[in-house]
Amino acid sequence: MRIERVTVSYRGAQGNAVEDVSLDVRAGEFIVLLGPSGSGKSTLLRTINRMVAPSGGTVHVDGRDVLACDPTLLRRSIGYVVQAVGLFPHMSVAQNIAIVPQLIGWEQDRIRRRVDDLLTLVHLDPARFRRRFPRELSGGEAQRVGVARALAAEPRVLLMDEPFGAVDALVRFSLQEELRRIHKELGTTIFFVTHDIDEALRLADRIAVVRNGRIEQFDVPLALLSDPATSYVEDLLGSRDALRRLSRLTVQSAIRRSSSERATAFIQSDRSLRDALNVLLAGSNLVEVRAGNSCIGSLTFDDIRSALVKAPE
Amino acid sequence: MSFAFTHANEILWRLGQHIALTAGTLLIACAIALPLGVAAARNRRVGVIVLTLLDLTYTIPSLALYALLIPFMGLGFVTAATALTAYAQTILVRSVATGLSEVPSALRDAARGLGMSSLQSLARVELPYAMPTLLGGMRVAAVTLIAMANLAAWINAGGLGSLIFYGLEHDDANRIIVGSLCSILLVLPADAFFRRLEFQALRRRNGYAAAGFTQAENTNPPSRRIA
Repeated sequence: MRIERVTVSYRGAQGNAVEDVSLDVRAGEFIVLLGPSGSGKSTLLRTINRMVAPSGGTVHVDGRDVLACDPTLLRRSIGYVVQAVGLFPHMSVAQNIAIVPQLIGWEQDRIRRRVDDLLTLVHLDPARFRRRFPRELSGGEAQRVGVARALAAEPRVLLMDEPFGAVDALVRFSLQEELRRIHKELGTTIFFVTHDIDEALRLADRIAVVRNGRIEQFDVPLALLSDPATSYVEDLLGSRDALRRLSRLTVQSAIRRSSSERATAFIQSDRSLRDALNVLLAGSNLVEVRAGNSCIGSLTFDDIRSALVKAPE
Repeated sequence: MSFAFTHANEILWRLGQHIALTAGTLLIACAIALPLGVAAARNRRVGVIVLTLLDLTYTIPSLALYALLIPFMGLGFVTAATALTAYAQTILVRSVATGLSEVPSALRDAARGLGMSSLQSLARVELPYAMPTLLGGMRVAAVTLIAMANLAAWINAGGLGSLIFYGLEHDDANRIIVGSLCSILLVLPADAFFRRLEFQALRRRNGYAAAGFTQAENTNPPSRRIA
C-alpha cells in the first residue's frame, strides 16, 4: 500500500483539503489517521477507494494504481465502514451483509455460509440476528453488522471512518477490543480515522497525525509520545503525559525477575504498566507478575519509573 | 335513483371512459416523472428549471390548455391525456425529487462505498427509501386527475364530464348529480388504495416486513441490550 504525494483540492475552497501526503504502509498494518475535524483525514481516507479523486499524486493498493481501476470494482474489493453505520433500513442484517458478495456474483449458498461466518466473527449469534432489521439492533450491534458487511467479500484493505463515534464509551471500548482481535485474526490492512486520541493509541500499529491536510508525524504510538516531531503533536497527544506513555508499555518490559518479598497483589504480564500502577496505588508496594497461573517476577514503583525513563527504545 | 337504473348503460360507459383516461394518464405520467424526478434530484440546476416550468404549467387553467393543444392535436382522448399528463408531472416529479432528497446521505455514501453503481444505488437503496413519498405523490396525482378529467368531456374525450356537460346544456339535473357522485365515488377507493400502498411501503422501508420472509419467521423480539 502506498500513498504518494497525494493532494486534494475542492473547487471553490481555499487551500487544499489534503496537501502532498505520502504514506508507505505494510500489508496487515493497523493505521490510524488522527486529527481534529476538518483536518482532511476523512478526505485522505476516501482517496484510497476513490470516493474522492486526488488532484495530484498516486495511490497504490496491492500494487495496483487506484486511478487506473474501475471505481465501482475497486470499491467492492476494499471494505468500507461509514461514520453513521449506514445500514440499509429496509434490508435484514443478512441482506445488508450480502450486498458486496451479491454485486460480485457469488452463489447463494456461499453467500449464506459467509453471512453466518461473519456474524460469528463479530460475536453475533447468526440464528438470532440473520433476520433482524437494523431498527431492532442496539448501536453496538449495528456497528458490528457494519464491520461484518465491510468484510463480506474478504477485502485485503478495510477503511473505517470514525466508526465508533456514535456509541457510548463502554460499548466503544468493547468494539475496539474486538476490532483488534479481528485484525489479528484476519491480517487485514486497516485504515481507521478518528479524532479520539486514546482510541488511536489503543488500536494503532502506526498513527498518522493529520493537521490542515498535512501529515505532522507518522510513527508508532510510543514514538509519538516519547519523541513528538512537532509541538502540535506534543500538545495533541500530551506527549509529556506519563500515564499515556505507561498505557503503551507492557508489564513485561519493566519486570524484575527475582524477588524474595511477599506480594499481596498480582497482575498478568501482558497488561499495561498503567494498569500495574493502578494496582500499586491501591495499596501495595510490590505487585507479583504472572503469566497465566505461574509467577514470573514482580514490580515496584521504582521499576515503573525506570521503565518510563528508558522507554524511547 | 330510477334514473341511474334506466340509464345504467350510459353511466357505466362514461365511468369506464373516466377510469381508462385517468389510469392510463397516471401510468404514462409516472413513466415520464420517474426519470425527470431523478434528474431533478441529482442536479440542482436541472431541478430548479424543471420544477419551475412544471409549476407554470400547473397554473394554466385546464380549459385554456385544451384550447392551446387543439390546433396541434385536434379533439379527443389523446389530447385530453396529454394535458392531464402535463398536470400530473407537477405533482409526481416533485414527489420523486423530494423523496430522493430525503434519503440520508450516510445511506447514499454507504451504497457508493460498497461499490454500487449509480443505477444500483438508485434501484436498491434510494428508490426503496423514497417509495412512501413517491406513492403519496401518486395518491394526490390520482385524485387530482379524476377531478380534472371531468373537463376533458369539453373536448370530446368522454368520461363522467360528458354526463355533467350534457346535463348543464339540457337542464338535466339527474345527469349532473349522477356524474358528480360517480366522480366522488371514484376518488374514494383510489385514495384508499394508494394510502394502503404508501403505508405498506413505509413499513417495508423501516424494516417491519421483508420480502421473502413470512411473518412467523420474523418474530424475533427487538433487542434492547447495551452492546
